[in-house]
Amino acid sequence: MSELASALPGAEYEGIVRVTEAGLRGMVTLKADLPDAANGVKAVTGQAVPEPRRINAGDVSVAWMAPDELLILCDHARADQVVRDLAEQLGTAHHLAVNVSDARAMFTLTGDTVKDVLGKLTPADLAALPLGEMRRTRLAQVAAAIWFSDAQTAHVICFRSVARYVFDLLALAARPGGDVGYH
Amino acid sequence: MLTLTCPVCGVDACETELAAGGEAHLKRFGPGSTDDQFEEYLFLRPNAKGVHFERWRHAMGCGKWFLAARDTATLEVFGTYSAQTTAPPADIVNAIRAKRPDWSPET
Repeated sequence: MSELASALPGAEYEGIVRVTEAGLRGMVTLKADLPDAANGVKAVTGQAVPEPRRINAGDVSVAWMAPDELLILCDHARADQVVRDLAEQLGTAHHLAVNVSDARAMFTLTGDTVKDVLGKLTPADLAALPLGEMRRTRLAQVAAAIWFSDAQTAHVICFRSVARYVFDLLALAARPGGDVGYH
Repeated sequence: MLTLTCPVCGVDACETELAAGGEAHLKRFGPGSTDDQFEEYLFLRPNAKGVHFERWRHAMGCGKWFLAARDTATLEVFGTYSAQTTAPPADIVNAIRAKRPDWSPET
């Protein structure tokens, strides 16, 4: 079997913030009628279905993506099991659970100016974005999801096919001397 | 820059996060209609200067369609509402009337 690898293994950039590729992460997309799926999601992930736009973080995190869609973040090795468990828990209820781990890339930004760095790339109002809220938006030309776990730490999820583009964007925005001092 | 609040997920989305879908509340004329009706459904648009109802899709966000009422001349947004409606809801009509007393839904 071929060796598992994330999109940009070990990619890292140290500028006014530190940009790192988060490595192999498990991600499962669940499309379902969320109120009906709440018990099943709780049984599999230990997390309640989040309020709109929120992310319930823990060992397994559950993020609200759309009124009929959740993103479950877990260990890469566990993702297939999560899909099987969801299929078992939801039974005949109409749903779709897919392991999308290898279709995505994830980046972590740490530093005091993460909002300024991301603010150069997205039209989203980051000043109004509370901690623990997932904002699906765009970074320059591609779709991405952003959330802050604390004031100095941002997480970015994008498609794997654009991982190099997004990493280069983030690194460029984080170049020394690029601090705009807005947020 | 046009900012529309997606009524589905509640995000204040910039127009660059959205995909425009043309005029809202069109009645479809398909099989069985006359050529004139089909032409009007497919091609003929009033291209209003002023109050306009539009379809938008939150393409870079939740991915859902919604409808917006805005002024094409001033870019003022009167409100956004569910795509599962066949006519502008009362609160949107009232919001427009408050700003444009001469306007009526029929025009």
